[in-house]
Amino acid sequence: LYAKGRVLGFKRAKRNQRPDISLIQIEGVKTIADTEFYLGKRVAFVYRAKREVNGSKIRCIWGRVIRAHGGSGTVKARFRNNLPAKSFGASVRVMMYPSRV
Amino acid sequence: MYQTLTRNVHFRLEATGFFAARSSQDEKNPRNSLLAAGVYKYSRSQVIAKRNLHKRKPAGTVAAASAVANKTVEVKGAKNGKTRVIATSKAPRFYAAEDVPVPNKHRKHAGTVKIRSSIVPGTVLILLAGRYRGKRVVFLKQLKSGLLLVSGPFKINGVPLKRVNQAYVIATSTKVDIDVTKVDAQLDDAYFSRSKAVKKAATEEALFEGQKKKEPLAENKVALQKSTDKLILDAVTKVEHLRQYLAAKFSLSKGQAPHALKF
Repeated sequence: LYAKGRVLGFKRAKRNQRPDISLIQIEGVKTIADTEFYLGKRVAFVYRAKREVNGSKIRCIWGRVIRAHGGSGTVKARFRNNLPAKSFGASVRVMMYPSRV
Repeated sequence: MYQTLTRNVHFRLEATGFFAARSSQDEKNPRNSLLAAGVYKYSRSQVIAKRNLHKRKPAGTVAAASAVANKTVEVKGAKNGKTRVIATSKAPRFYAAEDVPVPNKHRKHAGTVKIRSSIVPGTVLILLAGRYRGKRVVFLKQLKSGLLLVSGPFKINGVPLKRVNQAYVIATSTKVDIDVTKVDAQLDDAYFSRSKAVKKAATEEALFEGQKKKEPLAENKVALQKSTDKLILDAVTKVEHLRQYLAAKFSLSKGQAPHALKF
């Protein structure tokens, strides 16, 4: 019940990056018109860790899609805590809620 | 005008009745006017004097409310005199040394929640989150809190009568033909409120007992579920494949992107 996405990196210019916003590539989303559906949708970066927390070794950073990035379907997302740079290239779950359909 | 006042000033003005219920007088002929930021033409006492409260007669008599101020009580003891006159209600034992600020009255009301035009009684909804995520479910009616009342029906997919927020729901174009007026009026927000656990049960016994036993659903709730579902089931069986559709879960398969799907 989510669309798959990939973390491409942080919002950046050529030589400076802003880690508070990450760029996400959502599968199957190729144009800026397609991204309209995903605006506002919640995004989860799920990862594993060695230490157990609250009974689980799986952890999650939540965020939201805030706007489109460029014209080819990439999207900007802001997370509750900034994504670690280790997440570049990792999968991210773009949920289908809050739904506007 | 009120936005320019700081909170402290607001408290003090409130105490003077400055913000008492607005009469039509206030709207049409305001007693005060703003000259510059934070500067009014008339001072607080001048505005209050303008209200001519000293000349007005009170509409309802407040006297009736206070009833008997004093009462006579019998006193024991030979030389105390037989009775004594004392106040009916005791004066408070404690008076605060400084003025305590009183929080402002709550005048804002939450508006009624609008539901999407695609959600209409009888619509099949897809639940996106929670225990029943992916289940297709029938929408019955919107409750006063703004939440959507929804039912599986329980017999078909195991989803009971439930409240759901419309943000966590996708409305499909499939509709079940049900008569919403027949949905029991008992089903409202109060019906779903959690019952307060009996605090007395926290005895040593209970602590050592381990997990709390799950109580079976109240009988009237089970009956209500069945009767509501009957309404829906009657309509569902008339449409071919609708029962299987409601029983099936929604999922995205490879290559399917939600933005391209037509629900």
